[in-house]
Amino acid sequence: MSTFTYAYYPGCSAMGTSAEYEASTRALCSRLGITLMEIPDWNCCGSTPAHATDHTLAGALVARNLMLAEQMPDVRGIITPCPSCLKNLKTTQHRLQRPAYRAGIEALLDYPVQSTLPVKSVLQVIAEDFGPQRVQEHVTRPLTGMKVAPYYGCLMSRPPDVMAFDDHENPVALDGLLAALGATVVPYAMKVDCCGASLALTRRDIVTSLSCRLLDAAAEAGAHAMATACPMCQMNLDMRQQQINRDNGTQFHMPVFYYTQLVGLATGYTAAEMGLDKLCVSPAGALACITPAAGPDTAPAQPREAGA
Amino acid sequence: MNIGVFVCHCGSNIAGTVDTEKVAEAARMYPEVRFATDTMYACSEPGQEGIISAIREHGLDGVVVASCTPRMHEATFRRTLERAGLNRYMFEMANIREHVSWIGKDMEANTSKAMDLVRIAVEKLRRNTPLHPRKFDINKRVMVIGGGVAGIQAALDCAEGGLEVVLVEREPTIGGKMAKLDKTFPTVDCSSCILGPKMVDIAQHPNITLYALSEVESVNGFVGNFSVNIRRKAAYVDWSLCTGCGACEEKCPARKTYDKFNEGIGRTTAIKIAFPQAIPKKAVITPETCIMLTKGKCGNCAKVCPAGAIQFDQKDSIVTEEVGAIIAATGYDLFDHTALGQYGGGRYADVITSLQYERMLSASGPTGGHVKRPSDGAEPKNIVFIQCAGSRDKSIGRPYCSGFCCMYTAKQAILTKDHIPDSQSYVFYMDIRSPGKMYDEFTRRAMEEYGARYIRGRVSAIQPRGGRYLVKGADTLLGNQVEIEADMVVLAVGVESAKGASELAEKLRISYDSYGFFMEGHPKLKPVETNTAGVYLAGSCQGPKDIPSSVAQGGAAASKVLSLFSRDKLESDPQVSAVSLLRCVGCGKCRETCPFGAIEMTEFRGMPKASVVETVCQGCGICAVTCPQGAIQLQHFTDNQILAEVNALCRY
Amino acid sequence: MRDDRTIRRCDAAFTQSVQQQSEQNMALCYQCGNCTAGCPVARASSTPVTQVMRLVQAGQREAALGADSIWLCASCETCTTRCPNDIDVARVMDVLRHMARRENHVAEKNIRDFWDAFLESVEKHGRVYEVGLMAAYVRKTGRFWTDADLAPAALGKGKLPLRPHPVTDKEAIRQIFRRYRERSA
Repeated sequence: MSTFTYAYYPGCSAMGTSAEYEASTRALCSRLGITLMEIPDWNCCGSTPAHATDHTLAGALVARNLMLAEQMPDVRGIITPCPSCLKNLKTTQHRLQRPAYRAGIEALLDYPVQSTLPVKSVLQVIAEDFGPQRVQEHVTRPLTGMKVAPYYGCLMSRPPDVMAFDDHENPVALDGLLAALGATVVPYAMKVDCCGASLALTRRDIVTSLSCRLLDAAAEAGAHAMATACPMCQMNLDMRQQQINRDNGTQFHMPVFYYTQLVGLATGYTAAEMGLDKLCVSPAGALACITPAAGPDTAPAQPREAGA
Repeated sequence: MNIGVFVCHCGSNIAGTVDTEKVAEAARMYPEVRFATDTMYACSEPGQEGIISAIREHGLDGVVVASCTPRMHEATFRRTLERAGLNRYMFEMANIREHVSWIGKDMEANTSKAMDLVRIAVEKLRRNTPLHPRKFDINKRVMVIGGGVAGIQAALDCAEGGLEVVLVEREPTIGGKMAKLDKTFPTVDCSSCILGPKMVDIAQHPNITLYALSEVESVNGFVGNFSVNIRRKAAYVDWSLCTGCGACEEKCPARKTYDKFNEGIGRTTAIKIAFPQAIPKKAVITPETCIMLTKGKCGNCAKVCPAGAIQFDQKDSIVTEEVGAIIAATGYDLFDHTALGQYGGGRYADVITSLQYERMLSASGPTGGHVKRPSDGAEPKNIVFIQCAGSRDKSIGRPYCSGFCCMYTAKQAILTKDHIPDSQSYVFYMDIRSPGKMYDEFTRRAMEEYGARYIRGRVSAIQPRGGRYLVKGADTLLGNQVEIEADMVVLAVGVESAKGASELAEKLRISYDSYGFFMEGHPKLKPVETNTAGVYLAGSCQGPKDIPSSVAQGGAAASKVLSLFSRDKLESDPQVSAVSLLRCVGCGKCRETCPFGAIEMTEFRGMPKASVVETVCQGCGICAVTCPQGAIQLQHFTDNQILAEVNALCRY
Repeated sequence: MRDDRTIRRCDAAFTQSVQQQSEQNMALCYQCGNCTAGCPVARASSTPVTQVMRLVQAGQREAALGADSIWLCASCETCTTRCPNDIDVARVMDVLRHMARRENHVAEKNIRDFWDAFLESVEKHGRVYEVGLMAAYVRKTGRFWTDADLAPAALGKGKLPLRPHPVTDKEAIRQIFRRYRERSA
């Protein structure tokens, strides 16, 4: 059991639409020595639909998970890769301090609720508890030459008093991580702009419009690819890129990686292990921009004999 | 004693709910009360005459007036007693208006309470002793701290009034923020043209001693007799030799110095004269970037200086000035816009502050009056002004309005049109605050005649895009989002207290609010006085204000000083602490707890004793509470006097 | 006739109710427009966020609860993050959604139906079964062709598992929903 053992909350999309995020997150954590103990029998946090319907219902759905994690021995905290789940976990945990709210939730569950474990995103743990330096030590295939636009999404650091992570207007955790991988991080002005989130099924026009602007800004900044940390954002930007092009008359061909996939690639995992085949927009073009650099796994040049 | 009690009707204000006749009747029975009556308006002329004639007729030696609050008329009645030949401290007031008749309408309860209050007052008066203020000399010199327009006005008015003035300014030149402005609203006068003559007057006035590049180090003493230590900072140039020719600036190779006067627009040399009309027009070296001072090489300025004024080994020096009054006119600083992450947090080169823009507009500024984008030097066409950047914003701890940003933004929009005729200015505002003379007409001109597009709504974020900036705002009157592609964005940053204001306030022993603005004596009625005798305020150090208000306050503060000095001697308030030498054991606790430094330890017959400096004592009473022996007593509020009041109230 | 927006019918109890449920003081809002300025869906909605806040301040219950904006809101927290008066605007929007739903006063039925389908999936399986969610949404709204173009790619890449991954303790989840419905009745 390493010192970095966390109760892990995958989130529902990990089973399906963001399967590659799940796989690459697990692989990355394993590489860095972070032990993920999946919360046993975790349930859906309710995402947006729950808190938009009723705060007590939403709180109860979250609280069940908080209590399941609370009972897990020797975990440092709860971590999740999904910002929407994260926001729900943290908001409910914060509101539980209010007796009336807690009573309302306990009335829907069968047991008293108390949550003391810190809740963070995987990105936050890597950035804060590890630091990009530690990640860099594991880099064997630097992504030198690839220009990446870091897209954090609207929830990762906002609102600041709930999420308590990074600067909420100009976050840099992902920038630092990508730079540690050797990639060139392009200045990206729309780091925290919303992609449209869960409106995709109901109002596709809004999502394709918002996501188009995100892709446009990345392209204009000269990015070969985008890197994101949210399953919702990745799906809107990647899976729907054709819809975006159709609706806006654009011709984007911008691969959208999960940052964990990039960390995995740089630290020795294969493309297959990182689930790159699950990306809808092919990443081949972006990967081709990586210039092979002299690294520990390339054979050093033989020294020339003097006079030879 | 022969005490007289006067119970005031105050028309129906008191008499409406208090039976004043009955109170007077009861008062006649109190010990040592010889005379008691009710009167219609005690403070009126007939009322006061009535008190005086009663004093004479009945040989009264002490008076109780039961009426309004002492804050209203204690001073009035004390003067009445003096006119009748009594000591003013043989007087007590019972507040039966604010504390009785204004509280409730129960006549019986009120009358009963009024009788209690009168009895308490009588018991206190029976223990009063006459007190006599001391007179002390006044040093009729005044120090003005801060050489902005408020301080300049104060200094000139004092000097013209015949006083010697010491003006201390921490920058190398006087002029303050006004000297940095290009034009002033609403007349669009050239700022240095109107301020320049006043600055020259300061330099040339025989009554004014100017210490520039200097700061107040410490302040000792009390009203009429302050002793101030001033730190004259090293300029590394001998100002008695420097002629301000500027040859040194031309030859200085260290050209990457932060240009403070020009708000960081462009860079400047390590040795420089602040600006062409600087007073004093003397060179100053910035030690952090000077090659000689950091690395021991160069020295070009010393080589070319025709006056041989460069002095690399110059040190700070301390000068002491003795003055009788101090005027604090230390001005303001601007909100640090790098705190606004949504506007780039200082990372976007073409998102600048209003004062930076002002320097750009100025013909004697770093761009020669040409408006240029800092990023590429191109002339902007679309310029967006954002008002309330750092004001009216609770989320960043600046809930107040800075008062002049609406005005200067309108001015800058007008000037922009003059400088760049084919430009388009946009102003995002929440409200337009233009209360002064010709102010609203001026802001309307910007909209009506200069084509500035005013949009009512805030800006959520600025995002760089293709070398320009996407300004994402709202038009709440239309109910729309508005996106403007701007070449340059000017933030109308708000006002903050000047850096170091709170430290100076503590040296001066004046109060400051939670934002660091100095506190006036009364928000309505004493705008330029403080609660510390002899220290006055002028200008933005007291709160954000425009130039006319600063100038007015400068004059007002000067008039306060002139009237303070119009007497030959000042009287100290005798309601101060006094030490009983018999009881004092010299433990020194009172000296430690006195917040004003008004207690000294002296010797009496070889024993340490506490001694009160009467002119510094503010009469707070902390020492009286601290003293384990009860040796130090606050005159007119001694333990015995207060206990007499308590005993009078708690009779059972 | 825009009768709903006249001042003579100011429902102060409505304002109070929103304040109480959201724990936000509506009087703090000085209508600066910052929220509208940063709202990603402002262009798609007919009532900008600032006006929704104004409607609540002015006690205009019908207009506030009937606004499409409260459903189109993407819950991105931009308004809350940047409000100069530290108002949690996103939370006010949540509360308005709760109130509108309870009164069955829903301007964007598709969105409500999508959320209902989502919660039905959660209630049934404990976790969202994406295919089931899609089917339920189509059934409720009749929008058969929704994202039909994405199906081949999604299925082909194994992103849409055809079977749910339910929790073991389904009863625990169902109980939560059951009690919630009982208490709301």
